[in-house]
Amino acid sequence: MSSRLVGFAPAFRHTATIKPSLAIRNQAVLRNVVFKRGIQTEFHPSPKAREILDAQRLKRPSSPHFTIYQPQLTWIGSIANRAAGTTLSVLLYGFTISYVVFPLVGAPFSSTDVVEFISALPESVKYGCKALLAAPFAFHTWNGLRHLAWDSGKFLTLKGAYTSGYAVLGATAVSTIALLFV
Amino acid sequence: MQSEIPNWCLYKSRIRPTLESLLSASTLSRRRCPPLAPLRRLVAVAVADNVDVDVDAARPLLDAALSPCRARACVRVVRLPLAGGTHAEARAEQGVQDIPLGASARRLCSEYAAANGAALVSAQNPDEPSKKPTLQSYTVDLNQCGPMVLDALIKIKNEVDPTLTFRRSCREGICGSCAMNIGGQNTLACLCRIDRESPKDTKIYPLPHMYVVKDLVPDLTQFYKQYKSIEPWLKNDNPPAQGEFLQSIEDRKKLDGMYECILCACCSTSCPSYWWNQDEYLGPATLMQAYRWMADSRDSYKEQRGEKLQNDMSMYRCHTIFNCARTCPKGLNPAEAIAKIKLELATE
Repeated sequence: MSSRLVGFAPAFRHTATIKPSLAIRNQAVLRNVVFKRGIQTEFHPSPKAREILDAQRLKRPSSPHFTIYQPQLTWIGSIANRAAGTTLSVLLYGFTISYVVFPLVGAPFSSTDVVEFISALPESVKYGCKALLAAPFAFHTWNGLRHLAWDSGKFLTLKGAYTSGYAVLGATAVSTIALLFV
Repeated sequence: MQSEIPNWCLYKSRIRPTLESLLSASTLSRRRCPPLAPLRRLVAVAVADNVDVDVDAARPLLDAALSPCRARACVRVVRLPLAGGTHAEARAEQGVQDIPLGASARRLCSEYAAANGAALVSAQNPDEPSKKPTLQSYTVDLNQCGPMVLDALIKIKNEVDPTLTFRRSCREGICGSCAMNIGGQNTLACLCRIDRESPKDTKIYPLPHMYVVKDLVPDLTQFYKQYKSIEPWLKNDNPPAQGEFLQSIEDRKKLDGMYECILCACCSTSCPSYWWNQDEYLGPATLMQAYRWMADSRDSYKEQRGEKLQNDMSMYRCHTIFNCARTCPKGLNPAEAIAKIKLELATE
């Protein structure tokens, strides 16, 4: 049986080319061996190599992230959802706790005081404050519904995420304006 | 306008007609003026150096003339001695050397690239760890460069700065080595076309929020460890008595869109949750692979695989942000896979 038939041919051919003195025949190898090997490499046993690697790792800088990442509806929407939620929570807790705390320090903070204070404000300030309150409320609500849809397996494509994202923005704009004039 | 600018001339063009016909699409065809034909971003127009030209007046005419064959003409009037013609003798007397426009136009492209087409690359050197990483600016002549960002990087490494370090291997989007942040988005440099239209620099950073070994090479140790932790192999205690595991066509279809993942880490490093919690949160790439094995009908460890994810950090740091699906260079959807795990764990 010939070597080609049993599939040894490539292996034999390979050893055949190795046989003549490679360093002389092959110019590229010769160059590499003789001239480019001016740099000496050191051998370190495994624990030492590990130590060197760990020392390097300690000094590695972290690459930049949100400052260089392209603003996209995906993650900007997500962070806006968090911001809106936090804002609303802080306002809610702040307002309710004020009912308890303010009377203790002698400041007037009953419902009638609040109503009187707000009715005394100029119209522009009233609408401004209302918008500041209504926009995060509307966005957080609609985006919450979007998250519920995701969690039940809807809109899970990239297109679905973007379409629902724009729908949330549109619904937020409409409901913010609607809440302004309630 | 033709009468105002009488001496416009293109490279070795025998014709010396009106500006309009000179700059018509046919005049700029490959056959008539080969050195100008490949120029996409710059059309250099040679003018005898003793002629004053009103550049602003000429620009709209050039733009209009070039619009059928070029997306956008960036016109810069260059005062070049012509290789022949009426002024050649005069300049020979002054000892001015003639430059063939072919080479000159190419050099101009480099100039233009210096102003507009430069690539900015984030640089970091491990030999100088105390030095803060900086942005290094390189200029690439796009007319002497392949179409992809990886081509530009290789060109820079070959011709400008051999110390520039980045990973690359297959150059066809299947090895996942050249993942980096290009123009603010994570993608593979070999699949990302160089933006030739934008006048802005292309900024290239390593994958976001990763420890950088050097320049564009992030340390992926943690990423690979996480992948290993989900045991990405077939686990089944009851192998078939003979032959291989069989699977219906429908069951096999469930793996489509997941098995194609090349683990380039683009998605994980685009995920804000992974940025803040990568020590504990597994990240989209690993979680999609976790689901790839959970969804495999041949695997009998689905429940155990699911249980391992039942804690605050491993999977539930995913807030369905969709950055992963948006950035995936293979067009896969890790967000969907993670949502399916959540749904299955909740309804089982």
